[in-house]
Amino acid sequence: MSFWDTDPGHLILVLAEALALLVPLLIGVAYLTYAERKVLAAIQMRRGPNVVGPFGLMQPFADALKMIMKETVIPSGANRALFLFAPMLTFGLAMIAWAVIPVNAGWAIADINVGVLYLFAISSMGVYGIIIAGWASNSKYAFLGALRSAAQMVSYEVSMGFVIVSVLLVAGSLNLTAIVEAQRTVWFCIPLFPMFIIFFISTLAETNRSPFDLPEGESEIVAGFFVEYSSMSFALFFLGEYANMMLMSGMTTILFLGGWLAPFGILPMLGPVWFVLKICACLFVFIWVRGTFPRYRYDQLMRLGWKVFLPASLLWLVITAGVLLATGTLPVPA
Amino acid sequence: MSEITPAARQTKQIEIDSHAINFGPQHPAAHGVLRLILEMDGEVVERADPHIGLLHRGTEKLMEYRTYLQNVPYFDRLDYVSPMCEEHTFVLAVEKLLGVEAPPRAQWIRTLFAEITRVLNHLLNVTTYALDVGAITPPLWGFEERELLMEFHEAVSGARLHANYFRPGGVNRDMPAGLADRIGEWTEVFPKFLDELESLLTGNRIWKQRTVDIGVMSPEDALAWGWSGPPLRASGIAWDLRRAQPYDKYAEVDFQVPVGRNGDCFDRYLVRLLEMRESVKIIRQCLQKMPAGPVKLHDNKITPPPRAEMKRSMEALIHHFKLFTEGFHVPAGATYTATESPKGEFGVYLVADGTNRPYRCKIRSTGFAFLQAMEHLAKRHMLADAVAIIGSIDIVFGEIDR
Repeated sequence: MSFWDTDPGHLILVLAEALALLVPLLIGVAYLTYAERKVLAAIQMRRGPNVVGPFGLMQPFADALKMIMKETVIPSGANRALFLFAPMLTFGLAMIAWAVIPVNAGWAIADINVGVLYLFAISSMGVYGIIIAGWASNSKYAFLGALRSAAQMVSYEVSMGFVIVSVLLVAGSLNLTAIVEAQRTVWFCIPLFPMFIIFFISTLAETNRSPFDLPEGESEIVAGFFVEYSSMSFALFFLGEYANMMLMSGMTTILFLGGWLAPFGILPMLGPVWFVLKICACLFVFIWVRGTFPRYRYDQLMRLGWKVFLPASLLWLVITAGVLLATGTLPVPA
Repeated sequence: MSEITPAARQTKQIEIDSHAINFGPQHPAAHGVLRLILEMDGEVVERADPHIGLLHRGTEKLMEYRTYLQNVPYFDRLDYVSPMCEEHTFVLAVEKLLGVEAPPRAQWIRTLFAEITRVLNHLLNVTTYALDVGAITPPLWGFEERELLMEFHEAVSGARLHANYFRPGGVNRDMPAGLADRIGEWTEVFPKFLDELESLLTGNRIWKQRTVDIGVMSPEDALAWGWSGPPLRASGIAWDLRRAQPYDKYAEVDFQVPVGRNGDCFDRYLVRLLEMRESVKIIRQCLQKMPAGPVKLHDNKITPPPRAEMKRSMEALIHHFKLFTEGFHVPAGATYTATESPKGEFGVYLVADGTNRPYRCKIRSTGFAFLQAMEHLAKRHMLADAVAIIGSIDIVFGEIDR
């Protein structure tokens, strides 16, 4: 029995694993902001950041430095404890969720057999950070933003739930690694194409991204729930939002795009690379959508969620289950 | 059987407080310094109360202490999005009081630049309106095009924005060589840009959902509220001063007046887009039909003599000196002159008392009429719609507050 099998050894191992995941993740988040600015700039015929470092590559670090140097302003009417707690919660949740994401076969910090449920639970809790922020700020704009956000996240989680259930039916497991392995023959985005689309649009809504960026609808409620935030407390929200985007892209990749599986069996040993590339593709669409579409109105968003996506995903779930039963391909746990 | 307690018999009264939002003046969608007090029932606007005056500079009063020539730049600073069109009105009003008319080439140039300014204005409005509705790309595309147009402004006047180019009796100076060709080239490219812009917005479902049937103005109400310009035409009334009472060379150019049907935000957007296409047509005709010749009146009591002549002629030197110190005198009289500025009917009521300064100048700003209908438009709409409505009525505070 070596040191690594003892309790302290195990703890050190887990911490090292977490670090190995979180550090690239945070750098990824930093460069996601850079990528967003560059892609948007390309869409808008601008140059984007190009001054700090070669091609502006040091811009994220300059931004981070600026954020750290700024003063944290706490409004006098705010509930101090909750006001400071909200961004930490948002950021923390966005990080915690990554614990179960398998980057490659067996490369997950916790390869638990209810991985999907865990992810779903964590992403649902994200709304708390926003509601608390909106309430604790004691500002009308922030409060409106928080209310919008709560309604929005709750609505879209329902249809997302149905989408996930249909994936579970086909894969026959709640374990994320097993779900990816079930896509060896064909990625789920092909047989479950409508669900893929619904899921992706729902992730846009879930992460408060354009065209569903109502909680922070700039032209209406200025910055929504984080209108009163500054400095690092703002940065934590910001990082949390972008980490959530990556998380949702990761979920899309795992559930529909075959996770680390190589397309057409090209270079299958590069699993993590494929995984990251697929996430990047999803993120690109996130940004692309932001550059292209106007924003939905609050009630239209709710209508889309409850009257279009919910029935559609429910219907497709029934169809999926029916087809699986009729053809006798329902996966039965061994 | 229990007795009803006196406390239970009393009707319970709960006071429901609609919450008020202070929308602006420091709000990204407030278009300048609009301050809008919105009384909300949740997300629904119950009352919209626009407050004006935050950009009041006393232009009208200041004008009474300046000569007519010194007053022209004030008009650039009213509606700073369409400077030359505002100048146009004042210049025409002064010409009317003086009883003079600019030479043909000057009139063509003024028509040309009024239309370029119209495109400038509509580009800014349509694209920032899209930004208000959440589309972040159109403004940056539009500003790219606006930059080209402002270069035309710069070529003739030396200034990109506050041109101060039109003069009573003509324009300040002739267009530089080659500018007509550059404008001609631009008219070939610009419709393609409009097609691209439309591909982002016109057919977009979200854009339509956000603008169709939002802020509907019936033709009767539009007239009652004193509307004019594209918003009035979007409500279905074909009233365009360029057509109804042509000034300068508008009678000699061929153009259509786009008219909407529903009077909603979407129609206001469409009318502006179509107007830009019509403006391009007018610009092309101006370039074709523009004759050679002087660009200002040859009356040195009103327009300055050429600089070269001042070196030789004592009379010219005196004229120049008198013109830029005392200014010209305008015979007593009053006029209401209105032109079709990009935003609508922009009018100048000018009273002259025979001196070198206006006795009174009342400016009829276009946006004021739109803004006063804000409550009528936004009532029972959602907060996001109020933003779309503000975008669609194209208000600029420089002219509303004056």
